[in-house]
Amino acid sequence: MPTVSLTINGKKVSREVEARTLLVQLLREHLSLTGTHVGCDTSQCGACVVHVNGRSAKSCTMLAVQAEGADVLTIEGLAKGEQLHPMQEAFREHHGLQCGFCTPGMIMSAVDLANRNKEPTERQVREWLEGNLCRCTGYHNIVKAVMAGARAMKG
Amino acid sequence: MPRDDGIGAAVRRKEDYRFITGQGTYTDDINRPGQVHAWFQRSPHAHAAIESIDTKAALAAPGVVAVFTGQDMTGVGGLPCGWLINSRDGKPMVEPPHMPLATDRVRHVGDQVAIVIAETKEQARDGAEKLAIKYRILPAISDTATALKPGAAQVWEQAPGNLCYDWEIGDKAGTDAAFAKAAHVTKLEIVNNRLIPNAMEPRAAIGDFDRATGEYTLYTTTQNPHVIRLLMGAFVLHIPEHKLRVVAPDVGGGFGSKIFHYAEEAVVTWAAGKVKRPIKWTAERSESFLTDAHGRDHVTTAELALDTAGKFLAMRVATTANMGAYLSTFATSVPTYLYATLLAGEYTTPVIYANVKAAFTNTAPVDAYRGAGRPEATFVVERLVDTAAAEMKIDPAELRRRNFVPADAFPYQTPVALQYDSGNYAATLDDALKAIDYAGFEARREAATKRGRMRGIGLSTYIEACGIAPSAVAGALGARAGLYESAEVRVHPTGSVTMFTGSHSHGQGHETTFAQIVAERLGVPLANVEVVHGDTNRIQFGMGTYGSRSLAVGGSALVKALDKVEAKAKKIAAHMLEASAADIEFKDGKFTVSGTDRSLEFGQVALQAYIPHNFPHADLEPGLNESAFYDPLNFTFPAGCHICEVEIDPETGVTQIVNFAASDDFGNIINPMIVEGQVHGGIGQGVGQALLEGCVYDGEGQLVTGSYMDYCMPRADDLPSFKVSTRSTPCPHNPLGVKGCGEAGAIAAPAAVMNAIMNALAPLGVKRVDMPATPQRVWQAIRAAG
Repeated sequence: MPTVSLTINGKKVSREVEARTLLVQLLREHLSLTGTHVGCDTSQCGACVVHVNGRSAKSCTMLAVQAEGADVLTIEGLAKGEQLHPMQEAFREHHGLQCGFCTPGMIMSAVDLANRNKEPTERQVREWLEGNLCRCTGYHNIVKAVMAGARAMKG
Repeated sequence: MPRDDGIGAAVRRKEDYRFITGQGTYTDDINRPGQVHAWFQRSPHAHAAIESIDTKAALAAPGVVAVFTGQDMTGVGGLPCGWLINSRDGKPMVEPPHMPLATDRVRHVGDQVAIVIAETKEQARDGAEKLAIKYRILPAISDTATALKPGAAQVWEQAPGNLCYDWEIGDKAGTDAAFAKAAHVTKLEIVNNRLIPNAMEPRAAIGDFDRATGEYTLYTTTQNPHVIRLLMGAFVLHIPEHKLRVVAPDVGGGFGSKIFHYAEEAVVTWAAGKVKRPIKWTAERSESFLTDAHGRDHVTTAELALDTAGKFLAMRVATTANMGAYLSTFATSVPTYLYATLLAGEYTTPVIYANVKAAFTNTAPVDAYRGAGRPEATFVVERLVDTAAAEMKIDPAELRRRNFVPADAFPYQTPVALQYDSGNYAATLDDALKAIDYAGFEARREAATKRGRMRGIGLSTYIEACGIAPSAVAGALGARAGLYESAEVRVHPTGSVTMFTGSHSHGQGHETTFAQIVAERLGVPLANVEVVHGDTNRIQFGMGTYGSRSLAVGGSALVKALDKVEAKAKKIAAHMLEASAADIEFKDGKFTVSGTDRSLEFGQVALQAYIPHNFPHADLEPGLNESAFYDPLNFTFPAGCHICEVEIDPETGVTQIVNFAASDDFGNIINPMIVEGQVHGGIGQGVGQALLEGCVYDGEGQLVTGSYMDYCMPRADDLPSFKVSTRSTPCPHNPLGVKGCGEAGAIAAPAAVMNAIMNALAPLGVKRVDMPATPQRVWQAIRAAG
């Protein structure tokens, strides 16, 4: 079996995986980082979004071996110790989550948007989130949270 | 000073920290020592006889631990249906067996045929590919409209013509007589499209068997763990409750689809006892599409009779409801007691008659999905009302006003069994009209016309029956269970509190809302209250969460338990203060002897409860831990008005929602932030039904919409922001005065959206567009009319 070596949430990690093992399986099943979720099998729902080398990526759409040498950030690595990331705070403050299942992917996706676009409009947020499904919120409060989170990240 | 974290405060949710940091514990996040993995082999055919299953090669595959088929599951029962419906001739419904693994026949694509258990998920799946299953394909029927027609393929021998039941409610002769003298009759053919619930967390189950104690544990994605324990333990696997624990940890959305007892839960639990290792199964999304119970799927002819002034005289409804291949847990109650009893809507229609025929088809079972029967009823009523308004050239808001049950007429007995307890329908209508600027609509329509867009506005003044239900009423109507709720309040020696509820949160925020009630009532900090749900070994009993019942029923049980805690604490305080319990007042966390300054803090009393050195033990037990069960006196009746404004591009048929306003009456509100979130989510699903979502089976019973590539879920850029507000007429028969808010959006929105579309297309003479109103359908309707 091939070995994959990468950095996850700042820690160097090396694991033997099957060639067919997906990045999300490496995270969830091999490393017990279960904050990243799997909500579909067609790369549509976005519950599995993590950052790979600073950009959001659907970890169900990458093989683990494709992440060789990469710097991966998951929801577990977003807060600085006890201090929540501004986007996490914004989701809580604006009730941008209900069941919580899509939330890690939403937050990771939103952080990437805010990194690229410091002041996204409502329309830009809605279009950006096209790859993240939520069944609970009707997106209303997610959109509010992402706009507020982006403003907070700008500082 | 009112506290900022008590009843009525928009407290930020206690549960959020674990979810936003990736520390939630959903079923698939749980791994048990020694765990193996399951793959369910499912039927690729809609209807077939199983001629043979050869498991030898699968058993020999790498890592495979065991393979079981329906033939191996001897001594187990079928998955039960929880609601008996009698046909109008008095005969009970046809209730075919639903074995956890198919034995001789498969009846829908996705029907489970075998379980393959292996060391890894991949090995289980690889092993399943080596199963040799010989099927003899049989004719299949999937279409609701034709399922009961002569010549349709037969799903069950014991159900001739595919008829499960032929049920009626109301006064047929009176209704026919009223129609005969009506000045105007509005008639509609209505399809309520089949939906796939699609909670974002796929179903999952882990079966575990403890050889030392003989106890089984099932971790599962359910909305009601005690109900699953009862159904699976008593009816399917014959495991007594004291040897069966069901845990529903964090659950990623339910919307009804996780109420029901599913075959996979029973099979992994049973198989865990056979292989003596924990067995984990998690659905892939493709399996969710095939096997989660679907929703809606009605075909209806509906008529409304009116006099010359637009007063409703009668309503007549004939509906065929698709049950799918098997009767899911509450399937039979949805198109009957949760549907036809709501056909009065918010109106004084004096006579109503409804006939509902339930049909078996070779499709996934159909059961409750957010709203469950009430969206279908609201759609029938509100489409009829808007169409009648257009036909009679009466403003749709005015026609509604002429027929509303007046605010001073409660309690109001409808002609279809329900007694509405409270409401003010004109008030929510006025609020919503104002929020959307109804008066300014014609100017907006003109402006849109100049831009080449067709603009329309649609109203939906809905009512729902929630807080299910008084057990006596449900029992009389065929329910095979009671529908109460339980709560336990455990005050610890240092004054912190753990509250146990039999309801279950899978997004609704119980851990916050219930804690607010406890904190306010006992005068303790919110941070000192923990809410526990979802584990049959920790919670005394529960009927779970569905039908917007958690607060109305579970919250009422909590109030009863808190009453008992207060009474006991007063006795302890009286003992400590050397006063009579009758003289003790309790307010803001302080016990005071009336008319004196002698008082004790709640924490002092809690501590004394557990240090009863000088208690008069004959009169006063140690401890401060009380429980209660609450059985509601009536349903609750949330109601309100949703208004949608759309613009349609006639060149493409694309409908855009440009404005959406809602005014809802949920009675008293504990946490307005959570309530608004529930409304948003409900509207999102309602708009999804109206514009995007439609489950399609082909003529051979293959699911065409079996993935997110084909089944169109609402995305962020499909929806607008919503203008929501609330207004309260408190529920008069439960202690919190609450009505429930979980389903309103999904109930009200489809009619509002479709009425807006029909209003936009009215100038072209378009008479019918079915849901989902996709660009293709709208474009075709425009072309056909033009």
